[in-house]
Amino acid sequence: MKQIWLIFLKDVQQEFKTRYAINAIMLFAIVTLSAVSFSIGAYTATTRVLAALFWIILFFSSMSGLSHIFIREEETQTADTLKLVARPSSIYLGKFFFNLVLLVLLEVILIPLFIAIMNFKVVSFQIFLLTMFIGNFGLAGGGTMVAAIISKASTKGALFTVLSFPILLPVLISGISATRKAAESVKLMDAQNELQALLAYGIIIIVASILLFDFVWNE
Amino acid sequence: MLNAKMELIAEKIVKGFGHFLVLKNISFKVSSGSAIAITGPNGSGKTTLVKILCNLMAPTRGQVVYQNNSQKINREDIFQYIGLVGPYLQLYQELSAQENIDFFARMRNLKNYSARVKQLMELFNLSGREHDSVKTYSSGMQQRLKYVCALIHEPDVLFVDEPRSNLDQAGIEAVYSILQEQKKDKILVISTNDQEDLTLADQIIRVGVA
Repeated sequence: MKQIWLIFLKDVQQEFKTRYAINAIMLFAIVTLSAVSFSIGAYTATTRVLAALFWIILFFSSMSGLSHIFIREEETQTADTLKLVARPSSIYLGKFFFNLVLLVLLEVILIPLFIAIMNFKVVSFQIFLLTMFIGNFGLAGGGTMVAAIISKASTKGALFTVLSFPILLPVLISGISATRKAAESVKLMDAQNELQALLAYGIIIIVASILLFDFVWNE
Repeated sequence: MLNAKMELIAEKIVKGFGHFLVLKNISFKVSSGSAIAITGPNGSGKTTLVKILCNLMAPTRGQVVYQNNSQKINREDIFQYIGLVGPYLQLYQELSAQENIDFFARMRNLKNYSARVKQLMELFNLSGREHDSVKTYSSGMQQRLKYVCALIHEPDVLFVDEPRSNLDQAGIEAVYSILQEQKKDKILVISTNDQEDLTLADQIIRVGVA
C-alpha cells in the first residue's frame, strides 16, 4: 500500500510542476463541448443524444491525458528507474489512482458546464452520480492498462485512443444508457442493469490488469 | 541487511532479440565480499546482462537467483537488496534532488536516512543543491546524484554500468572509494571496458567473445 501511495504522490508532484495532463484534458473537454454546443445551436436534442454526446466528450477528453502517465516514464527514461524500486502491481495501482483523480477533476469541470450549456436536465442525481463514480473505475482501470501497453510503441498518441475504444466500449454503452435513465427516471432500480454492468466491468478490468501488468510492463 | 551472506547466481542465461542471440549460456556465481566485472565489445550484451541480473529484463532462457543466507529471495523483493547506476537510468527531472532521494528511499522502506544522505551528498560534492530541480543539474552532477540514490539503502549488491560515465576526476575518485568499500563485504558488479575498472574485479565475465 505504501508503494502505491508513494507512486501516486510522485505523479501528483510531477503533474503539479508540469500540468501537462490536466491542461490537455481540460482544454480538450472545453473545446469539444464548445464545438458541440455551436453545432447543435437552438436544436433541442433528446436525452438519448445528449447522454451519448456527454460520454463521447468524456471519453475523448480523458484519452488526451490518461496515457501521459506511462508515456512520460518511457520518454524521460525513468521507466527502468521505477521498475528497479517498485513492484509491478504497485506501479499499476499508483498510476490507476492518479488517472482516477484526473478523471474526477475533469468531471468536476465538465458536468456543470455540460448541464448548463447543453440544457441537460438530470432527474435523478443519484443514478447520474453513481454512474459517474462506478464508470470512472472502468475508464481509469482500462485506460491505465492500455497506456502501459502503448507506452512502448513508437506511435503512442494515435494508438491509445484506437486501442482504448474497443476495450472501453462496454463502459461507454452502459454509461450512455445509465446517463439517459438519470435524465428520464427517478428510480434507481431502472438503471440497475447498467450500474451492475459498469461495476462488473470495473472489477474485472482492474483485477485482470493487476494480474497481467507484470507481463506488459516488463520486457 | 549487514552481515548477511548474499549470493548472486546466474544460471545459463540466454538472451535473444528476434533471430539475434546476444547472450549465450552465461553462468557465474558471486558472493558477498567480491566483485565481478562484465566486459566485451560494444553491442556484445553487457548492458543487457546487467538489466537481466537486475530483474529489469527477462532472459530468453536461464535464470537469475538471489540468495540471502542460502534463502532464495522472491523475485518481487529483489529491489530491496540491489542498487544500480547506469546511463540508461534517469532521475525525475521535474523533481528536486531531495524529492528524488526521498522517493527512492521511501520506496525501499527506509525511515532514518538523512545522515546517510548527508554523508553521500558531501562525498559527491552536491551539498547545498538538494532543493534544486534535477533538470538544472549538469550531466556530471546528475550522474553523482544517481550514485546517491542507488546507495541510500546500502545495497547488498551494487551494479555499476560504465562507472566513469560523465564524471570528472573528483567524481571518479568518489566513485572508486564507494566501489572499494562495497567489495569489502558486499557484492559489486561492474560493466566496463576500462582496464583500470577491471582491476577492481575478482572475476571477469567476457561477453560477445567467441
